[in-house]
Amino acid sequence: MTLDDMVGRHGSWLEAGTNEGPVISSRIRLARNIEEYSFSDWASEDDKLLIWERASSVFESMEDSFICWGMGETSSLDKEILFERHLISQELAIKEKGCGVFVSPNECLSIMINEEDHIRIQSLQPGLNLKAAWLAADQMDDQLESELTYAFSPKLGYLTSCPSNVGTGMRASVMLHLPGLVLMEEMDPIINGISKIGLAVRGMWGEGTEAAGNMFQISNQITLGRREDEIIDHLEQIVLELIEHENNARIRLMNDRALVIEDHVARAFGVLSNARMVTSSEALNLLSTLRLGLDLDMINQFSRKEIDTLFIAIQPAHLQKLENKDLKPEERDIVRAEMLRNFMDHATENDGSD
Amino acid sequence: MKCESCQKEEATIHLTQVIDGTVKKLNLCQVCAQKNGIDLNSPISITDVLLGLGAQMQSTSPSATEFDLSCSRCQMTRTEFKKRARLGCPECYNAFMGELSSLTKAMHHSGQHMGKIPARQGNKTRITAQIAALQKELKASIIKEQYEVAANLRDKIKALKESVQSLENGESNDT
Repeated sequence: MTLDDMVGRHGSWLEAGTNEGPVISSRIRLARNIEEYSFSDWASEDDKLLIWERASSVFESMEDSFICWGMGETSSLDKEILFERHLISQELAIKEKGCGVFVSPNECLSIMINEEDHIRIQSLQPGLNLKAAWLAADQMDDQLESELTYAFSPKLGYLTSCPSNVGTGMRASVMLHLPGLVLMEEMDPIINGISKIGLAVRGMWGEGTEAAGNMFQISNQITLGRREDEIIDHLEQIVLELIEHENNARIRLMNDRALVIEDHVARAFGVLSNARMVTSSEALNLLSTLRLGLDLDMINQFSRKEIDTLFIAIQPAHLQKLENKDLKPEERDIVRAEMLRNFMDHATENDGSD
Repeated sequence: MKCESCQKEEATIHLTQVIDGTVKKLNLCQVCAQKNGIDLNSPISITDVLLGLGAQMQSTSPSATEFDLSCSRCQMTRTEFKKRARLGCPECYNAFMGELSSLTKAMHHSGQHMGKIPARQGNKTRITAQIAALQKELKASIIKEQYEVAANLRDKIKALKESVQSLENGESNDT
C-alpha cells in the first residue's frame, strides 16, 4: 500500500468508537531503547543505521506485514502526510537516514525508529478504549523484545533519553472534542485543574500545537512509580468526568442559547456549502461546529466519522497529494473549499434520497 | 510587589517551584529574570526548570566548578546533559545518579518502577520489583493503621528478600 492509497481513506482508528460524541480516539505510546547503543540523539550515524537494520529485521520476521518509510528516502510532502495522519512526529519528520517508521495496514499501530528514543510504539484506537490500545502496544512490545534487549533498570524501569519518560515509558492520551466547554468558557479552569493532577492538555497534533477545532489531547505526565493499568485507569476516570462536564455544558447551552447554537451550526453549514476559499484553521472550526450540530441532532446529513476524516483530509499535505502538485497557501484554500463544497453537496443529495 | 532580586523594579514574573515537597516562590522583574537565565520567549519545560535549578545548586559548591562529571560509556558531560535535557545512553542514569534521582522524584513523585518488566530480565529483577510493590503496600497499610495486613506484608517481603539473597549466592557459586 502507498500513501496515494491512504490519502483517499481514513485510518481504522477513526471508525466509530465507544462514547463517541466528545471522544475521537485513544492512544498509547511506549518508549524503548536497545541496551547496547547510545540514545538516538547521541548515537553515531553507524549505530543509528545498525539500530534501523536490527529493527527492520524484526519486522521482516513478523507474520503481519508492516509498511515502512525510511526518512532518508521519503519526500518532505510524504513526511508531512504521515505527520498529518498522526503516524509520525514532527521530530521524526526532520530526520534523515537511519530513522523511519513502520505502520500497520489499518494504521492503528505505528513504530518510529530513532526518534527521541530508539523505538517508539504508538497504538491508536477509536473512541475511549485505552485498554485495547495498551493491549496492542504491549503485544508489539513483546514481539520486539523477543529479538532485542532493552535498556532497563529494576529501580527506574525502561531507561529513556529524557528522564520525563523513564519507568513505564508510557504516554496514554485521549483526543476529545469539547466545543461545549469552550463555548461556555469553562476550558481554561479545567486545563489548570488537570495539570495539577499530573495530566497534560495539548492540541490535536500533540506537543506545541494549539487546540484548533476545539480538539484537545489529555495525557499522563507521570510515568514512574505507577503500573500501566493504574495510569490508564486514572486517565480514563478523568476523561469520563470531562465527558460528563462537556455533556452538561451542551445541555446548558441548549437550555439558554439554543437559537444561538442553531444559528452557529446553520452558518457553518452555509459557509462550508458555498465558500470559495477556506483556510485550514477556519475549516477546522467550521467542521467542529458541524460536529457539534450533529451531536445535538440539529443536522443528520452525515456521520461523525465523515467529519472526523475531513479534519485530516483538509490538511495542507493531504490536499497537495490529492492534487498531485505543490500548492501555494492561497491555492490550497481554493482546493480545500472545493473539497468541502463537494462533500456538502454529496451529503445533501444523500439526505434528499432518503 | 517589588522584585526580590534588585528590590527596585516592580516584579512581573512570578515563579512557583516545588522542591522536595516545599513550595518556593520567586518574584522577579523582567531584567533580573533574564539575568538569571529565565528565557521568557521560549516555553519552559519542567525538565529545563528542574535541571536549571540543579545547575544553580551545583554552582555554589566549589568542587562542581573544578570537575565536570561525565559518563564513562558515552562521554556525555553533566554540562551537556543539562543543556540538552536529554541523556546520552542508558549508563548515564548511573553516571548522573545524583541529580537524576532528585529530578525524577520531582517529576514523578516516585523513585521506583512499578510497571511492566521485560521478559528477558532475570528472576532477580522480577522479585526485586515485587518487593518494591509490596513495600509500597506496606507503607499504605501502616498509614491506614491496618497493622495485621502490614505484618503479613512484612513477612512476605522478608521471604522474598531471602530468595533474592539465595539467588545471589547461587550466582556466585556458578562463577
